[in-house]
Amino acid sequence: MPLDTKTTGFKYIGTRPDRPDGIDKVTGKARYGADAYAPGMLHGVMVRSPHAHARIKKIDATKALALKGVKAVVTRADFPTGLEGEDWNIQENCMAGEVALYDGHAVAAVAATSLLLAREAAKLIEVEYEVLPHVTDVDEAMKPGAPAIRAGAADYSVPEGLHPNVMRYIEYGHGDLEAGFAAADLVMENTYKTEATHQGYIEPHACLAQLGSDGKGEMWVCTQGHWFIRRMSAAVLGIDVANLRVTPSEIGGGFGGKTTVFIEPVALALSRKAGKPVKMVMTRSEVLRATGPTSSSSIDVKMGMKKDGTMTAAKVTMRMQGGAFPMAPIDSALDCAFSCYNIPAVHHEGYDVLANRPKQAAYRAPGSPMAAFATESLVDEMCRALGLDPLKTRLKNASREGTKASFGPTFPRIGLVETLEAAIAHPHYAAPLGTNQGRGVASGYWMNWGGETSVSAALGEDGSVTVSVGTPDIGGSRASMALMAAEALGIPYENVRVNVVDTGSLGVNEPTHGSRATYATGLATIEAVKQISSKLCQRAADKWGIPAEAVIWEDGCAKPSGPNAGEFPPLTIGELAAEMGSTGGPISGHFEATPSGHGGSFGTHIVDVEVDPETGHTSVLRYTVVQDAGKAIHPAYVEGQFQGGAAQGIGWALNEEYIYGADGRLQNTVFLDYRIPVASDLPMIDTVIVEVPNPGHPYGVRGVGETGITPPLPAVANAVHAAAGVRLRSLPMSPPRILAAIKAKG
Amino acid sequence: MTQIHVTTTVNGDEVDFLADPRETLLDCLRDKLGMTGAKEGCGTGDCGACSVTVDGRLVCSCLVLGVEAQGKTIETVEGMAEGEKLHPLQRKFIEHAALQCGICTPGILVAAKALLAQNPDPAEEEVRYWLAGNLCRCTGYDKIIRAVLDAAAEMREGV
Amino acid sequence: MVKVHLWSGLRRFTDGADVVELEAKTVGEMMKALVEAHPGLDPVIKAGVSVSVDGKLIARGLHEQVSDDSEVFLLRQLKGG
Repeated sequence: MPLDTKTTGFKYIGTRPDRPDGIDKVTGKARYGADAYAPGMLHGVMVRSPHAHARIKKIDATKALALKGVKAVVTRADFPTGLEGEDWNIQENCMAGEVALYDGHAVAAVAATSLLLAREAAKLIEVEYEVLPHVTDVDEAMKPGAPAIRAGAADYSVPEGLHPNVMRYIEYGHGDLEAGFAAADLVMENTYKTEATHQGYIEPHACLAQLGSDGKGEMWVCTQGHWFIRRMSAAVLGIDVANLRVTPSEIGGGFGGKTTVFIEPVALALSRKAGKPVKMVMTRSEVLRATGPTSSSSIDVKMGMKKDGTMTAAKVTMRMQGGAFPMAPIDSALDCAFSCYNIPAVHHEGYDVLANRPKQAAYRAPGSPMAAFATESLVDEMCRALGLDPLKTRLKNASREGTKASFGPTFPRIGLVETLEAAIAHPHYAAPLGTNQGRGVASGYWMNWGGETSVSAALGEDGSVTVSVGTPDIGGSRASMALMAAEALGIPYENVRVNVVDTGSLGVNEPTHGSRATYATGLATIEAVKQISSKLCQRAADKWGIPAEAVIWEDGCAKPSGPNAGEFPPLTIGELAAEMGSTGGPISGHFEATPSGHGGSFGTHIVDVEVDPETGHTSVLRYTVVQDAGKAIHPAYVEGQFQGGAAQGIGWALNEEYIYGADGRLQNTVFLDYRIPVASDLPMIDTVIVEVPNPGHPYGVRGVGETGITPPLPAVANAVHAAAGVRLRSLPMSPPRILAAIKAKG
Repeated sequence: MTQIHVTTTVNGDEVDFLADPRETLLDCLRDKLGMTGAKEGCGTGDCGACSVTVDGRLVCSCLVLGVEAQGKTIETVEGMAEGEKLHPLQRKFIEHAALQCGICTPGILVAAKALLAQNPDPAEEEVRYWLAGNLCRCTGYDKIIRAVLDAAAEMREGV
Repeated sequence: MVKVHLWSGLRRFTDGADVVELEAKTVGEMMKALVEAHPGLDPVIKAGVSVSVDGKLIARGLHEQVSDDSEVFLLRQLKGG
């Protein structure tokens, strides 16, 4: 679609006004998932498998149902059969069928008049299991003799002879790999491993659901995307999507983990059976045991480099387990692995493997952080071996406009070079370091996303404008949309009200995911409000008796396009709006599309750490994020994305991991043991917003949400090496692991 | 189980409710009094999203029983603003973009207010350690710390 | 003829070809022609793919134009967080 791209001379874009939902969120008024109540509401509680892999032989709810106030129990028998593909996967994950596939897998649910009663009833539901052998490690799951979790479920891509736990296989590349390695002065090859981590949103999943026997229902739910919730819930229950109206609550974090269903179809099923609304709220243990963590990975990387730092060839083999279901993000992991570099010969191979763990869900740049950990660690090791500056070496090989990307196509305008140059010039890169301190750098990439988008805008009688969007506001997007609408219309930011509306109010919208909201919903908002201004030009033209083409829209007013159009004083949006009832009726704009001009975003991070040689503990001393935002609409929230991504990446690098016992049970199911970074773990996080405008957005926006989590994993590992002289190739780099490495070095 | 009648003061108002002895103060605030400003992020006292003060002491309301509120004075996020006038911490959180999703914000505001009540001029490190019991997954804490320090400075000037 | 670049894992469905030449004016026609020329690609397309045309990632825009000069890549479908 041709876009009238504007990248300078903004009035509102690039300013930092208060977010429109600020007061609601600092006073406790904002309503999140668990903050909804309905008359006659029941409370639903899930019964979960204590086993990593077990056949469900019998479920007996007699004792639970005998309690006064217990209104319904559902099991898989209450859901339709015959689903296929991902619909079946989702149904199976929401409620186990014949076999419980992981510790925490839901096997039944109960609804009762109080939460305490529902919990008591859940304990009385008797489930008889036949425990089966299990496997939780990705490399173990591919070995001969590993228990086959879903034999025969592999798709077309898997060559014969692989373990039945391999669900998908990918292989691609270009160039002459052997010649590339032969031309190198140094070839290095290593294996890297990352553990599964959880998105760790502070708000557990919650919903309030109502479904009648006629298949008509309503749901209030915390989600990144309510149309996804509607489609998936309808599929799992076998009802029509149009009959289910889903309203999004405010959302307490998602990071990819709230783009699918877990409790929602179950709450609807309980409601249908009990004939009353049912509220379900997960506990933190349920969130950690049974919602999507990210995949764990095992990665081989090989790279060839000349003495001057020129990369000649690279090869990556990625093995990922995504739980007991296919779709671990091997695809995007491989695409991001070498995306930062212009390498003549690259080869990628990926294995999507089942293990007895919860179904992985998207987590901020899915796959990219693991890939970056492997490739950017290796690049650092090679720079050390050859005595090269790690940022200048990256710059020498950096992908730029016209580079054939490692994943195939030719890059359009991108901003990696600009982030590297800014990082090299940053005072942080030259700052002195003390004893036991070290500096690490790394770059990262996320390709971003456009996705299905539908936005409406309506003019009020006083000239203020309501914008209806379908992407939940996770991090200040209402402010960004209002800024873009204000800019496009030339009206004050305060005169735009942005509402996140329910599934009954717009066409399909994909979630706030893939770093797409500011890009795609923003683009649609601009196009929708432009329809308003063009209709207002028509009204002014009618009034002046001149053709509409002779009227332009500027600074919130209709004006004659020039002296030839006639001499008329400008008509403000307020004046035109006040008369709209008598000049032709209501005025609104609507835009829907699947925009595809989302530009990818590159980032480069610098981190200083100090490693305590006595304890192996790593302190992060200084951190700088440099990333291309295309155009920062509200710079404070862009900085927030950079800082939040860095903090999550630091947690992944140093602390966070899923710990499974020999029994296949998750051992760290509370925040005390699954420890995400706290305020005292982190320094201030400096940010540099690089702006290389994206030609695919009217104001040059690139999504910024995801890229920031990608460089920290290798950057911290590279810094730890510089500080302690040890190379950690497995995450997390927890104190015992670092200490063991220091001791092994002697 | 028999419910117990509890009378307490919340944000200056005398209120009463019936509590099952197993119910937490957080459950009672939210489900009996309709005060959903305090959030449950973990239920184990690890995340601080449910922070309130009881007789001036900062607590995780998920670790206090509802019946323990009898005769106590409780302050929650809903009591921070005076009518339409926001508390300086609330204003500075908006100004500094110190919240993204906002779920941790009520607990952090209550905790930060408790800090400034006993230490009006905290150093950055003191703020970081005081707030170490309040998890935020969105921001990396940078803007939160800046907002608290800025609010503290403004409140000191105001005295 | 539009040249469509496939990922190498698909070679076994295309008699070893990495690049397939087809008559097509839109992404939709191209997908149809791909499956007609190489029926083994049917499950691949049905499982979901993305198409990159001149560096632009087309998700579901079957009407998007392609020409003989276009750089066209069949890519694996991606999902963000």
